[in-house]
Amino acid sequence: MITTSGLTKIYRSGGPRGRAITALDDVDLHVAEGEVYGVIGQSGAGKSSLIRCVNLLERPTSGTVTVAGQDLTALAGRGPRAGRELRAARSRIGMVFQHFNLLSSRTVQDNVELPLEILGLSGRERARKAAELLDLVGLGERARAYPAQLSGGQKQRVGIARALAAEPKVLLSDEATSALDPETTRSILGLLRDLNRQLGLTVLLITHEMDVVKSICDSAALMREGRIVESGTVTDLLATPGSELAAALFPVSGGGEDPERTVVDLTFQGDAAGRPVISRLARTYDIDVSILGAAVDTVAGRQVGRMRIELPGRYEDNVVPIGFLREQGLHVERAEHPGPDAPAAPPAGPAAPPVAALAKEETK
Amino acid sequence: MTWSEMQPLLEQASWDTLYMVGWSTLIAVVGGLPLGILLVLTDRGGLLGNQAVNKVTGQVVNIARSMPFIILMVALMDFTRWVTGTTIGREAAIVPLAIGAIPFFARLVETAVREVDGGLVEAVQSMGGNTWTIVRKVLVPESLPSLIAGTTTTIVALIGYSAMAGTVGAGGLGDLAVRYGYQRFESDLMWVTVAVLAVVISVIQFAGDFAARGLHRRSGHAGPAPRLRFLRDRDAAPERSPEQSAGQPPEPVKSSELPAP
Repeated sequence: MITTSGLTKIYRSGGPRGRAITALDDVDLHVAEGEVYGVIGQSGAGKSSLIRCVNLLERPTSGTVTVAGQDLTALAGRGPRAGRELRAARSRIGMVFQHFNLLSSRTVQDNVELPLEILGLSGRERARKAAELLDLVGLGERARAYPAQLSGGQKQRVGIARALAAEPKVLLSDEATSALDPETTRSILGLLRDLNRQLGLTVLLITHEMDVVKSICDSAALMREGRIVESGTVTDLLATPGSELAAALFPVSGGGEDPERTVVDLTFQGDAAGRPVISRLARTYDIDVSILGAAVDTVAGRQVGRMRIELPGRYEDNVVPIGFLREQGLHVERAEHPGPDAPAAPPAGPAAPPVAALAKEETK
Repeated sequence: MTWSEMQPLLEQASWDTLYMVGWSTLIAVVGGLPLGILLVLTDRGGLLGNQAVNKVTGQVVNIARSMPFIILMVALMDFTRWVTGTTIGREAAIVPLAIGAIPFFARLVETAVREVDGGLVEAVQSMGGNTWTIVRKVLVPESLPSLIAGTTTTIVALIGYSAMAGTVGAGGLGDLAVRYGYQRFESDLMWVTVAVLAVVISVIQFAGDFAARGLHRRSGHAGPAPRLRFLRDRDAAPERSPEQSAGQPPEPVKSSELPAP
């Protein structure tokens, strides 16, 4: 539904000879129809530039953006102004913003009607459509209120209703929940998920909160310094050895390995989550298994568990039990040695500092 | 000089002032609003981003702004004659008043329009709106309270300028005060004129502030950030009418959509 290839954006400060900052560096992104795709990264990673390049609010320096089979970069023209074709294409892409961006001089209803005014619908048609959308987002009774009279969550609901007014197939969400408190965030994410299912809406969202990816995304990508470091469906990512996103989505804590013991991280999804693998392992091989840390959660609507366990003896001696675990459909990964300078090394193996920070945010 | 002698003079002078200021304000708004918006749009990073137009327009505005009104009036004599057919009287005074006020108002418009949150412009762009739509539906309505305040300032400034219109025989309150108060030593009349001027200006300022504040309050510029507003709302909770608090129900949480805690 959304494909970017070789997308690059370079900002130049202070004229053509000024310092160049590469915000996006050869980004290839593929968002399938009907999925919720989350792009996560720290601020300054280029997420905002990416999402703003998708509807060409920001002109990419090079590369192409294709939305619903239409090459938007080809429509862009040269000047800073958007031509008619690009504007028509934009009207088929909804966008919600972190700070809502509602017009304070208009009522809730008039805000929702705005995209329809741009499309040139009649007054009656607009009012009908706006009422319908406000009902959909649960704000039917507040149609006459001004944005200033609404709470943050309500404002974002209006923002979403407005983004959907022109019946787009694609919704871009620019940190839509970052200005909201946790409870409101959940309700807004729930709404986005519902819309994704009911309307078959493709959602591309950017966020710095792991929780967002965890609760509604089908696929995710991790951005760092303008590049996509990792991407894929959440299920695949969790099964990928050494995946930073998986580790951040699902951190397990517990001590690392020493020469006399073997420490492994297990990831189980779906059916495997229900089976008593550990007790079976202990019984079959008559070994003492200690659980160092464990967590079970729902990611992308599926039960997923992670566990760090310790087996006696060296890794080489434990090949058979580990093979048994793999047979049971678990994903097994050897926990790395904690470095000498970090005795209480945080979660799963290769988590680089930025992701560890994200993980911390997530566990709050 | 007795009151019955003063009254007709004051009445005539008041009407002359209102006539000149009214028309020149109208022209200043009609001319200054697009000019001010043009200054914002053509600025670097603006929607039309045209440095050449921006620099030229900005220079013209600056030159016109820096010219003392009395000199502008003299400099524009030929133009005034071309427009109104005369250089004497109320109509003739309107021309330099309006031309002096256009750049003045344009700068005020520029400041007001710049205050509009860029995010709103972006939102309308993302809906597929063109520049004209953005001007009509975002820039002007969103800056309306400031535009009204700017208009009030312009009217008050024009009343000040109009005192000099007496030099081209246009009459008005300022002219009355100079001719009678200064030249004929009728200080009574002068003070009465000053009082009338003070009242007129106060009324205009009050009306302008009232209108601007009304719009401002409606669109709720009071709350800077959602979070702060939330805190303040809670502090003020006891005073809220039940109707108001009922209007803001807590966010419903769809438990079915949430991950297991």
